[in-house]
Amino acid sequence: MMNASSPSPLGEFWQTFRRNKGALGGLAFMLLVLVCALCAPWLAPHDPSQQFRDALLSPPAWLDGGQWRFPLGTDELGRDLLSRLIHGARLSLLIGLASVLLALLPGVLLGLIAGFSPRHLGPPIMRAMDVMLALPALLLAVAIVAILGPGLANTVIAIAIVSLPAYVRLTRAAVLGELERDYVTAARLAGARLPRLMFVSVLPNCLAPLIIQASLSFSAAILDAAALGFLGLGVQPPTPEWGSMLASARDYIERAWWVVTLPGLTILLSVLAINLIGDGLRDALDPKLKNGL
Amino acid sequence: MLAFLLRRLGLLLPTFFGVTLLTFALIRLIPGDPVEVMMGERHLDPQAHAEAMQRLGLDQPLHRQYLAYLGQLMRGDLGQSFRSGESVWAEFTTLFPATLELACAALLLAGVLGVLAGVIAALKRDSWFDRVLMGLSLTGYSMPIFWWGLMLQILVSVGLGWTPVSGRIDLLYDIEPHTGFMLVDSLLSEEDGAFLDALRHLILPAIVLGTIPLAVIARMTRSAMLEVLREDYIRTARAKGLSPARVVFVHGLRNALIPVLTVFGLQVGTLLSGAVLTETIFSWPGIGKWLIESIAARDYPVVQNGILLIAALVILVNFTVDLLYGLVNPRIRHAR
Repeated sequence: MMNASSPSPLGEFWQTFRRNKGALGGLAFMLLVLVCALCAPWLAPHDPSQQFRDALLSPPAWLDGGQWRFPLGTDELGRDLLSRLIHGARLSLLIGLASVLLALLPGVLLGLIAGFSPRHLGPPIMRAMDVMLALPALLLAVAIVAILGPGLANTVIAIAIVSLPAYVRLTRAAVLGELERDYVTAARLAGARLPRLMFVSVLPNCLAPLIIQASLSFSAAILDAAALGFLGLGVQPPTPEWGSMLASARDYIERAWWVVTLPGLTILLSVLAINLIGDGLRDALDPKLKNGL
Repeated sequence: MLAFLLRRLGLLLPTFFGVTLLTFALIRLIPGDPVEVMMGERHLDPQAHAEAMQRLGLDQPLHRQYLAYLGQLMRGDLGQSFRSGESVWAEFTTLFPATLELACAALLLAGVLGVLAGVIAALKRDSWFDRVLMGLSLTGYSMPIFWWGLMLQILVSVGLGWTPVSGRIDLLYDIEPHTGFMLVDSLLSEEDGAFLDALRHLILPAIVLGTIPLAVIARMTRSAMLEVLREDYIRTARAKGLSPARVVFVHGLRNALIPVLTVFGLQVGTLLSGAVLTETIFSWPGIGKWLIESIAARDYPVVQNGILLIAALVILVNFTVDLLYGLVNPRIRHAR
């Protein structure tokens, strides 16, 4: 019986999580980005693709020659940088979320299968993951995009494929650890069938490392998407994607530092915020892993 | 040790064959006509098309094609680049030393600074130094390195004029490639100032490429060190009256380095991914830039077998790290 005054698991989690100041800061920043992404059309002062030909490479408002019409300045085509960054948040969060889900679901399923069938299905699955891990992540993503062609959907697919092995390995390792526990034997003896054992008995106990991995691969997805965009292989212009904004602004780097500095800073802060949240999640969910990376 | 080696080798071979299967499939998954893709030409006349199909072996069933591909690889034939007509192997071996030199410099920087920072942070746990260092390392870990490279270029190369913007050495120098490593070749050339110039070209790309491994190694060393410093043998060493430096570096660090070694191995993939971006930014003539340019030019033989070579390299490095790990940690060697 649970004591009425003991905190719920969620409450307990929040108690530990909020003690981590960095994680709270990260969470606040990401909430801000989320609001920007959700309300982009209302928050952005201009249309992200609208070109103001009279204000090419206009500096941020607080600098000489800046104007408050464009708070963070404009790019080489006279597009408002702030509006593009706000709309870019949509894309980055979308890519992160979609690729995490697209990797998490098959990854967990394959990991469960590999863990429950350590002799027959497990080895081929794990060898396939070894093959994927032998290729450097960005290179594999680049190769996949080279085959599928650049674009938003293919960026998501490429990043999901690249992050798949981590989920499979984590789930399998967690499952193998759980299978030796008494409650699994008890469930088996009670006549639980395989799907029930997998999804109802074992999987909920493997969630902690998976949630932490999901936060890590979310930030990695944003970085990889930006890197692909930077290489010209990701989301194509004129869509305001943070990485491709950087790439197209490269030629103006000496004349207009803000067109390169601001998108990069946005990427860095977002990724840092998510990693801080990940640290907090790890402390709260998996005390054993504390201090590790 | 032999059994351990054979067991690891048993895992390595299937992985390698898996990679060949992947690179074989890669080229066949590309949408469009394979002959046009392979020949790099469009709208061939039907007869030339049929001839090309036969010549490239594309009229054979898939399993035959795969066996033929494996046979080709066994003979060391990695095909020719569409663009230059040179063999892929020759191009790879010419460009690889540049990447290796950059990666070694980055790893050296990351290893030395990372281990040092990690040890100090662990010794001064929860001090402001520890906090700042761990904050910095998380920032480094989150760094979009293509942006980091551009920022350093603006600040250090353009702003302060301390280092050149790109390339491996100034065009003034005509360096004979003996080893492919510019630092070594420039020393051998005995041209005045060549070595220093090569070093100045290397430093920024090495910092950019080394940033993420540096962050990972610093965090890993710190946590391993914290773990080790709690052990009984450290207390014993202290109680024996050994000097603090001896306790930390000889008794502590040597044991803490075991997990750090694995991280070193894992960073090879990160380094090669990073090399793609770093080489693109700094116009560094290595395999990362080569592959990206080949992808842009749809030079498929280079893409296919370049990826195969890199994967083989990663597999080999991880295998070596595994062996080293087994060598320094007998518990791993005997575990099943």
